[in-house]
Amino acid sequence: MTDMLTPVLSSQWGQDKSWKLARYEATGGYRALRTALDMQPADVVGLVKNANLRGRGGAGFPTGMKWSFVPQDNPNPKYLVVNADESEPGTCKDIPLMMATPHTLVEGVIISAYAINAHTAFIYCRGEVLHVIRRLQQAVREAYAAGYLGRNILGTGYDLDIIVHAGAGAYICGEETALLDSLEGRRGQPRLRPPFPAVAGLYASPTVINNVESIASVPSIVANGADWFKSMGSEKSSGFTIYSLSGHVKRPGQFEAPMGITMRQLLELSGGMRDGHTLKFFTPGGSSTPILTDEHLDTPLDYEGMAGAGSMLGTKALQVFDDTTSVVRTTLRFVEFYKHESCGKCTPCREGSWWLVQLLMKFEAGTAEEGDVDKLLDICDNIGGRSFCALADGAVACVTSAVRHFRSEFEQGYHTPARELFPYEKSALFAAEGDR
Amino acid sequence: MSVEAKTTAAEVAPKPDLVTLTIDGTQVSVPKGTLIIRAAEMVGTAIPRFCDHPLLDPVGACRQCMVEIPDAGNGRGFPKPQASCTMPVAEGMKVNTQLTSPVAEKAQRGMIELLLVNHPLDCPICDKGGECPLQNQALTNGPGESRFTELKRTFPKPVSISAQILLDRERCVLCARCTRFSEQISGDPFIALVERGALQQVGSYEQDPYDSYFSGNVVQICPVGALTSAAYRFQSRPFDLVSTTVTCEHCAAGCELRTDHRHHQVKRRLAGDNPSVNEEWSCDKGRFGFMYGRGDDRVTRPLVRRDGVLEPASWPEAIDAAVQGLKAAGSSVGVQTGGRLTVEGSYGYAKFARAVLGTNSVDFRSRPASAEEAGFLASTVAGATLGGSVTYADLESAGRVVLVAFEPEDESPIVFLRLRKAVRKKGLKVTTLAPFASRGSEKLSAELVATAPGGEAAALDGLTDLDSGTVILVGERAATTPGLLSAVAAKAAATGARLAWIPRRAGDVGAVEAGCLPGLLPGGRPVADAAARVDVASHWGLDSLPADEGLSADEQFAAAARGDLKALVVAGVDPSDLADPAAALEGLEQAEFVVSIEQRTSLVTERADVVFPAALLEEQSGHFLNWEHREGRVRIVNRNVPSPMTDLRILAALADAMGADLGFRSPKQAYADYTELGAWDGARPAAPAVAAAPAASGLVAAGWRELLDASQGNDHELALRATARPAVARVSAATAERLGLAEVAAVEAGGVTTVLPVEVTPDMVDGVVWLPLNPGVGERLPVVPGSAVTVSAVSVDEGA
Amino acid sequence: MSGHFTSHFPESGSVDQSDQSTSIDETTVAELRELAGRYPQPRSALLPMLHLVQSVDGRVSPRGIEVCADILGITTAQVSGVATFYTMYKRRPAGKHHVGVCTTALCAVMGGDALLERAKKRLGIDENQTTPDGQVSLERLECNAACDFAPVMMVNWEFFDNMDPAKTDELLDSLMADEEVVSPRGAALTSWKEAERVLAGFPDGRADEGPSAGDASLLGLGIAADNNWSAPEADAKPAAETPEAAK
Repeated sequence: MTDMLTPVLSSQWGQDKSWKLARYEATGGYRALRTALDMQPADVVGLVKNANLRGRGGAGFPTGMKWSFVPQDNPNPKYLVVNADESEPGTCKDIPLMMATPHTLVEGVIISAYAINAHTAFIYCRGEVLHVIRRLQQAVREAYAAGYLGRNILGTGYDLDIIVHAGAGAYICGEETALLDSLEGRRGQPRLRPPFPAVAGLYASPTVINNVESIASVPSIVANGADWFKSMGSEKSSGFTIYSLSGHVKRPGQFEAPMGITMRQLLELSGGMRDGHTLKFFTPGGSSTPILTDEHLDTPLDYEGMAGAGSMLGTKALQVFDDTTSVVRTTLRFVEFYKHESCGKCTPCREGSWWLVQLLMKFEAGTAEEGDVDKLLDICDNIGGRSFCALADGAVACVTSAVRHFRSEFEQGYHTPARELFPYEKSALFAAEGDR
Repeated sequence: MSVEAKTTAAEVAPKPDLVTLTIDGTQVSVPKGTLIIRAAEMVGTAIPRFCDHPLLDPVGACRQCMVEIPDAGNGRGFPKPQASCTMPVAEGMKVNTQLTSPVAEKAQRGMIELLLVNHPLDCPICDKGGECPLQNQALTNGPGESRFTELKRTFPKPVSISAQILLDRERCVLCARCTRFSEQISGDPFIALVERGALQQVGSYEQDPYDSYFSGNVVQICPVGALTSAAYRFQSRPFDLVSTTVTCEHCAAGCELRTDHRHHQVKRRLAGDNPSVNEEWSCDKGRFGFMYGRGDDRVTRPLVRRDGVLEPASWPEAIDAAVQGLKAAGSSVGVQTGGRLTVEGSYGYAKFARAVLGTNSVDFRSRPASAEEAGFLASTVAGATLGGSVTYADLESAGRVVLVAFEPEDESPIVFLRLRKAVRKKGLKVTTLAPFASRGSEKLSAELVATAPGGEAAALDGLTDLDSGTVILVGERAATTPGLLSAVAAKAAATGARLAWIPRRAGDVGAVEAGCLPGLLPGGRPVADAAARVDVASHWGLDSLPADEGLSADEQFAAAARGDLKALVVAGVDPSDLADPAAALEGLEQAEFVVSIEQRTSLVTERADVVFPAALLEEQSGHFLNWEHREGRVRIVNRNVPSPMTDLRILAALADAMGADLGFRSPKQAYADYTELGAWDGARPAAPAVAAAPAASGLVAAGWRELLDASQGNDHELALRATARPAVARVSAATAERLGLAEVAAVEAGGVTTVLPVEVTPDMVDGVVWLPLNPGVGERLPVVPGSAVTVSAVSVDEGA
Repeated sequence: MSGHFTSHFPESGSVDQSDQSTSIDETTVAELRELAGRYPQPRSALLPMLHLVQSVDGRVSPRGIEVCADILGITTAQVSGVATFYTMYKRRPAGKHHVGVCTTALCAVMGGDALLERAKKRLGIDENQTTPDGQVSLERLECNAACDFAPVMMVNWEFFDNMDPAKTDELLDSLMADEEVVSPRGAALTSWKEAERVLAGFPDGRADEGPSAGDASLLGLGIAADNNWSAPEADAKPAAETPEAAK
């Protein structure tokens, strides 16, 4: 039986100067790289495939399989791009990882790039995290100086450059093809697929795009083996991962655990809901995943468990809202996020989010009209599954799941402002402090 | 592709490149790679769409064309409706459109409703109303009423993105057709999507307006009224217009256009749909350049010079005067036909010269020309047919295209578009022999062989890897470089490369075929060949034709100036187009008698003894032959005209009064006469073998005429004129330094000086100054490519 | 309450052309070229280049757009399309310090909305405005990936975690007074322009300042240590293969 929490990626976050190369090396850092460079690239792909590491950025696509899609007979250069554009509301795991131990990521990048025969890799980090970018830039510089990057890495003849690239504020760039357009210096709008990035991605060349946590997990798999990785979690949801708990809990924070921990366990670890309040709803994996309620406290937080509950594991970003919270208000704010972040390319997302926000504002103000809940759902039906990428599906999911669980609260929006039903100051942390 | 019933498909195995699928229960076989939306068109089902355009890369942005796919061909269906404009068909696929699928129907209705959320619904005041895909599809595929009662996005009303194009962002549905056109088709991405989300909009950068020779296309392909042209804005409602399919008169590309008129006035022209020629595009000159006959300078009545003054006269008076003058001249007459004539018109002049006046002195070339060129046209161009010529399709399938004295974007813009398409889609390699990498050649990713005027023959000789997959395109200005056309013909013969001559004007190939050259009878028959003369003479019912080769246009003016040629009959010639305008004017002034057949008053009519008003192109019918030798129909658009007399009818009347019979007076009769004569099946003259002249020493001029210049065809369309490229003098950095040039230069040749801004141009050959050889910008320099010029610096104060 | 729905956009579509001022000089142009040279294809450098433009001109200036277009061989419209797509690019000069208050759902509910109102009052400006002395500019942010520290504010893209009214007042006062402020999870604040220079790819040598992680990031780690929980040893067997062992 594995332990309740299994810190691997986060194990060194508490160390003094954990971001420095020397510190990383002192705790075994870059040993996995040496191991990997002694293997054939294809064997590294096989290892990660065998470990059944699934993408940690939300979609859960098997990482090794993604790598194996790269056509090695394609004459173009191969590229590895790390998706460090962490922006899904509720998600806050990659940022602390890159801040505290950027070398974990850098080592993972080198191993992964080696596996797919890439000689240039990019870390596309959202721009609004200055100190994280400083630490990444420095880690890459240190790795060059130590011979882990550049020409003839560790005398193996393998060459690799890493470019740390700062984004400029666009949630949609977390979508991998939008990220590629952005990395090519364009507007970050999703591309038509096919061709898939593995075949024609960056500069129309074979490209693998992986989430930070996925890549950072690779060194531990190389060091400890696929079986070790699979000793955690379940058959379909292998390994450890970082769960991010935020909101109205006593102690929000990051928890690295085997796949399949439950919300009840996480709530216990974080000390439960804040005093005097009960859980109302939570997002299992960021705001794009349909919300769940206390009936799902014991559902394993893994791919199958969440699918079975009608939601998704997403980024394992558990945003917890208590009984003071207006679900109408929260839904509006989520949809405002999607309206703000819609890239504008396709009609349902661009126009639908514009409409949904205004309609939800009426619910919040208590001025919606009889029948508007059904209208809301019908508009969602005309948006969901019709858009170019999944952004609008996320926008719709938070509305439809909220109505599913709290329809009567929406219907109260026909006559009563949300603020009257749920005084907003009661949800705020400092107001709560004042009450104590 | 077959749209037949199932039995056919079952009995006959589909060709390997066909894919069979079922749309709304109807089986259809279509070529592999066909998009579902177009496969549906083949069974007669129109799936509504906005962003989809068959000539643009799929984008899948508007999401209007959703269909249900219960089986993707692998036994599994898509759980949600799919955009049919981005998904190719698959064998065994089942597609249900709005006709049979409630899911697809609801998806489409929902999408229309969403598209109208932020649309102003100002159809009653919108130019697009009545021909608007959004309006139409909202009615056919949308809900009758919107449930949207909230706030619409508003922007300030129209913004100009160029002098010609206006943008109303509120109407825009963000389909990105315009931005994709400008990026993919014409290569002028001066408009782009800007902002994001609900604020996304089409935008340009304020200081850099939408600078494109093809900008009007974005108005035409806009599926709403967001893009309008200054020329047509608020001019008419589409349902009040009468449409006529015509061929553009502005260049030799041969574009099919749709001319829309109302109340006997052309209101607009649109690109026609001719996949073999212009596909669905046109250039702005062809689209907007139809105002040239609207000015006060239109000749509406015959004029006769009496006591030195041109005065209005009746037709009989004018004809009598002309006949008197021409009879006095005998066969000492030169005929110049210009570039505006249909095949029928040219054939009329060619026959009038030989059969009525008794001279071979007829020449269509109202531009710098040469005897070598006449020989080249006789040996290599005349008598060709579409089947034997290089075509647009050949450009698309060529492995390599070599441009010689030819700048397609300026000199044949639809050829440019086709080359660009081939470069983008088929990896065509373009090589250009030019003094610098022009904007057009950059857009073709062309390999530049930097060549000073005069050096083209040597440069062509230096290309070692031409073969039968190569096409050489040579422009009309090759005539000004001695030896070049000879070298081109020789190179093609030696390598097996195919060769096409692409003149600028719409009438030029037709004029060659009609025999408007001093050494060439209709159908490519050499005047020097007695059998050819007999052939034509017997067709025309004459005993014989004049046997002496006539005078070229330049020779005619010179002879008239010397008193060796008595009379001139001049059609659409603008002396400022000629190599030596002064010599032409001198010839006109010294000639004893000048008949001008013209649409508008000009330097020629001013010097004529008799002027006949000729019909505009929109007032007559006939044909053009484009550079491929493809026929394009000219049709009467406007029947309510100031003068019903076409060139042909004027010539027929003159012939009649001179006691001869032209044999036809209508285009139909002339066309029958011309086609009946047919092409010459005898021996062609050998290609010319003129040696290249030694390169001129010192500074020489290079240049060509840009598409939008001050030529008369662009008159009275101010917005079009305003989108012309600014005139500059281009020099290399080394030349600029040697000449001490900074911002402004004075360029002098033949006693004429013009002052131009200097643009130091990378990769430009040294010792050359490139100038736009456009007429009308002040006094035009009397230069052709290769002419010696002097250039000096002008201080900015002085230049201003 | 969100109350910030706008439907009329009189000035959208481009950077501010009425302000043509620029401090871009030869050095900047050389650095922009250097950025373009760092990538396999130069256009990839456009986002960093625009960050650098902001570090010099305090906004995306017309000159900045023109220089980027010139260096990359693309049109100004294309650069403008990129510059207006991303929210970090500013049309008007930002303050010396740029303050963002997260008002995405979780932060909003937990106090972000109130903090934004408070900041507006304290600074006497509305969102997307700059104080008259040019010291502080203010905007509402979408989720900045620090939800376990909600409500969150950012100054010059450094984290200010677990904010409350008192801390907000103190922070804003210090910024207005130009006092030294240190991010609890980052470095001592420099300025928004200097931050933009780092984002462009020119490090400022401050990576070693600040802690490894904030308390919330270390929460699970601490609980694991308290309970002696850890990842399995390297020779562990897959869970699926040893169903008995799992019991």
